[in-house]
Amino acid sequence: MLKKHIEPSAEEIRDQKLYVQMGLTEKEYKIIVDKLIHRLPNYTEIGLFSGMWSEHCSYKNSKSILIKFWSDGSRVLQGPGEGAGVLDIDDGQAVVFKAESHNHPSFVEPYEGAATGVGGIIRDIFSMGAKPIASLDSLRFGDLDSQKNRFLLSQVVSGIANYGNCIGIPTVGGEIGFDDTYNGNPLVNVMCVGLMNKKDMETGRSKGLGNSIIYVGAKTGRDGINGATFASSEFSEKEEAERSAVQVGDPFMEKLLVDACLEITKYHSDILVGIQDMGAAGIVSSSAEMAAKANSGVDLNLDLVPKRESGMTPYEMMLSESQERMLLCVKKGYEDEVINIFKKYKLEAKVIGKVNDDGQYRLSFQDEIVCDIPTKSLVDDVPEYSHPVIKPKRLLKKINDYYPAFDDTYQILKELLSQPTIASKNSIYRQYDSRVQANTVLSPGSDAAIVRIRHTNKSLAMTTDCNSRYIYLNPYIGGQIAVAEAARNIVASGGHPIGITDCLNFGNPDDSDSYYSMDQSVEGMSEACKKFDTPVIGGNVSLYNETDGNSIYPTPMVGMVGLIENNSNVMDQHAKKANDLVYVIGQTYDDFNGSELQKMLNKKISGDIKHFDLNEEYDNQKLVQNIIKQGLVNSVHDVSEGGLAVALMESLFKNKLGFNGGMDISKEQLFSESQSRFIVTIDPINRDKFEKITGLKATMIGYTTKDNKINMQLSNGKLTGEMINLRKAWEDSLACYMK
Amino acid sequence: MYLAKLYVSHKPSILDPQGEAIKKALHSLNHQSVESISQGKYFEINLNENNQEDAENVLKKACEELLVNQNMETYHYEIKEV
Amino acid sequence: MRFAVISFPGSNCDNDLYYAIKDGIRENCDMVSSEDTNLNMYDVILLPGGFSFGDYLRSGAIASLSPIMKSIKEAANNGKIIIGICNGFQILTESHLLPGSLIKNNNMQFVSNWEKLSVSNNQTIFTNEYKKNEQINIPVAHGEGHYYCDQDTLASLKDNHQIVFTYNNNPNGSISDIAGIVNKEGNVLGMMPHPERAVEDILGSKDGLKLFKSILNHNVRS
Repeated sequence: MLKKHIEPSAEEIRDQKLYVQMGLTEKEYKIIVDKLIHRLPNYTEIGLFSGMWSEHCSYKNSKSILIKFWSDGSRVLQGPGEGAGVLDIDDGQAVVFKAESHNHPSFVEPYEGAATGVGGIIRDIFSMGAKPIASLDSLRFGDLDSQKNRFLLSQVVSGIANYGNCIGIPTVGGEIGFDDTYNGNPLVNVMCVGLMNKKDMETGRSKGLGNSIIYVGAKTGRDGINGATFASSEFSEKEEAERSAVQVGDPFMEKLLVDACLEITKYHSDILVGIQDMGAAGIVSSSAEMAAKANSGVDLNLDLVPKRESGMTPYEMMLSESQERMLLCVKKGYEDEVINIFKKYKLEAKVIGKVNDDGQYRLSFQDEIVCDIPTKSLVDDVPEYSHPVIKPKRLLKKINDYYPAFDDTYQILKELLSQPTIASKNSIYRQYDSRVQANTVLSPGSDAAIVRIRHTNKSLAMTTDCNSRYIYLNPYIGGQIAVAEAARNIVASGGHPIGITDCLNFGNPDDSDSYYSMDQSVEGMSEACKKFDTPVIGGNVSLYNETDGNSIYPTPMVGMVGLIENNSNVMDQHAKKANDLVYVIGQTYDDFNGSELQKMLNKKISGDIKHFDLNEEYDNQKLVQNIIKQGLVNSVHDVSEGGLAVALMESLFKNKLGFNGGMDISKEQLFSESQSRFIVTIDPINRDKFEKITGLKATMIGYTTKDNKINMQLSNGKLTGEMINLRKAWEDSLACYMK
Repeated sequence: MYLAKLYVSHKPSILDPQGEAIKKALHSLNHQSVESISQGKYFEINLNENNQEDAENVLKKACEELLVNQNMETYHYEIKEV
Repeated sequence: MRFAVISFPGSNCDNDLYYAIKDGIRENCDMVSSEDTNLNMYDVILLPGGFSFGDYLRSGAIASLSPIMKSIKEAANNGKIIIGICNGFQILTESHLLPGSLIKNNNMQFVSNWEKLSVSNNQTIFTNEYKKNEQINIPVAHGEGHYYCDQDTLASLKDNHQIVFTYNNNPNGSISDIAGIVNKEGNVLGMMPHPERAVEDILGSKDGLKLFKSILNHNVRS
């Protein structure tokens, strides 16, 4: 009671402009007062607006860009706008997936930040009625020479591992990149994939006068109050120390929630009206969004909300981001049925309100109405901002192409293999349980992860990708490449790409460079999505990724899912035996701008992206799909960071093979990052058939050997030496940093 | 030489899932009087310092820099000369 | 034969085990809640992997207080076949159905990997389908899989041939490379590796299937 009186009055909020601290502008405050509620909002109400109108919840700065995404296609059952998107995978089944960022919380408290990121995205998946079957993580960290970055890496990895392992959802892949651009702003993007029968699909809706709003899961505490506004503002190092009440994840609680909610969505869908996760902006976002989507309103009694701490105010309760909570709308008269199911799982569920028919969002607390505003004003009346798209000066300048200079090819390759971005991630991946649920066909360490669909002959391939250096140098082409590379990974694993989710990680949208990069990369991604027939079915935006004025490279992460229609097409990147022929599919050019080699030798990147052609990419992928289906290849690997030399090593290392051959390219071109290329190995008996199909698209470069040596003749030099030293450089680099 | 006994516990407002689970288990063993339980950490630290003030300063720094996660944990200690 | 998979709150390999029995060796299998108290109708009782009760306090500690444990102890004493895998193994040691304890891995990190195991005793209910010292490929996934016991216990494990599986490349620091043991009577098996994840070629190995087949084989013979 005491606390309530300390809250500022509506007039004080106006006069002292207290809404500004909460992240609302004067203009926005004026809209609320003059156009939406026609009076001064009280402290609770303005708090709700600040949470719901934050970028994190409303996408007010990115909406005008997000609508550019292509999200049609014959498989789409649910596009953007729900907890997660849904795609038809035939035979009455559907795949559900989404990615989300947890960048800011992971910087402040890396272990819990990453863990709660995993927990949040899992809730989005099972709230659609799907069983979560896999998760992937796309991580970016700064330079590992810094102790702070090594700490962030190890903590984020154990946070992900602990949550995923405990809840029993295999962490099957993802990727990890390092660049000093992420020094003050690591990126933690988590993707979760779920599987369900089409008929079990649920949505987040609250409708039907008198139906009940049920709260289930963890009690509400003062965790991450108004974290949504926090995620939507820039950081300063000083603030870091001041954060308190970090959210703590409880994977055990979430495991119970998954099981209980899936029982309800599967067997009691007739009495369930809607279900949604309480994510950012907690109770208010879930309850207001569910009602707004169904054009209804809700009356909630805050005295009924399960609380962990005493003396919590309505503002704190509504904006708390306590984890592991779900909100359900259940048909009137069936409340006990639902509550008893939860009880079976040792979960506390409580009716906290009812659907009304006047569209108002009304909260009562200790016999007083503390909020009474139109539900739509919180969700649908958010102002949208579009900024002018102006090409930044740095991209207008003509910059010379980079051409590397070195003598010792073997030495360069060895150094490249020990760059953290390229080096083996085994010391990290071995901390993730990638095989729980006993469906994992390919775990982390090949191009894409593969999870089979039990009791069918089908599998799902999944990957995350984004080379932010390319996006920084050319946002439009870089955006296309991000999608193309994800598709290449899926195709190399025997799959057929069917859709993507994304996490758009950018700096401050008021900064024209950031905004331009976001606009153009989305255009590029969308263009590529159309080409590959991979609609964008959901995603998330994380802006303000900058610390003390330094912005990250634009990093629109692509999470892609592919369908393997026949498990005999499952393919991995590892050469299987000696004396197999090695081919390169696709053309190699002088593509050194933005390459790992440029970064390693020059410490910085520059130049434009030179060669990329969507049609060529598409044709090469179709060709690879064809040769896999015909059973002509023993391994397929996509060529990416570090170019051909690195890709060849990654293909040889696992089975400890060597290589003998030659190529009509320069030793420098061995490290060129030209797109649209694959390395494949085939049994010599398939040579004629293979070459007949591939024609000029494939070039034979040699054969695998048993002797554990590399020997490659090049137009201006050669690459020769022991494989063992190369493998050690690749294997040990990250493991040493992790110690 | 000083011996410090350091107790690290959750800040009161931070969720403590372990404590909750253990409390429920104790209830299932019929110890209904267990009102709440919080699991923390206990350290014994020998400090080679000449006076208590220096020892405490080192201890506090050690807590802030490593032993305590200040986002979520709080600590108190007992110190004596040995 | 009739198999029961016990589902504790927080178990997450219960379905995997269920399918290994149902699809792998095509036997009758039910999921039984840890809140139940009667296991009379079952011949084989399986305690699955996972993080029962979040593994809070100590792995398996809270689960070992579950209502079902009384009937599991009875079943063990009556010579019924019991297998605890991973967290199930931890629950069996916490309930003293098997000696020793499982503590944090030596490097303090969770380890998930394929491991090569040796079948050190193929004369058990669980291993009669394997050859003596057969090398098998089974995944591990645990943070507290370091098997620890005192020297006397270790000596008696060795004397009674209770060590059934050992690691070729010890991933967690287990004493004597122990990956799995049986009780003195030979009817209770605990192991950290996951045989139920190695029952089909598409998953990378079928080596775990023989463990379940051994039980059937034993049943036919006896």
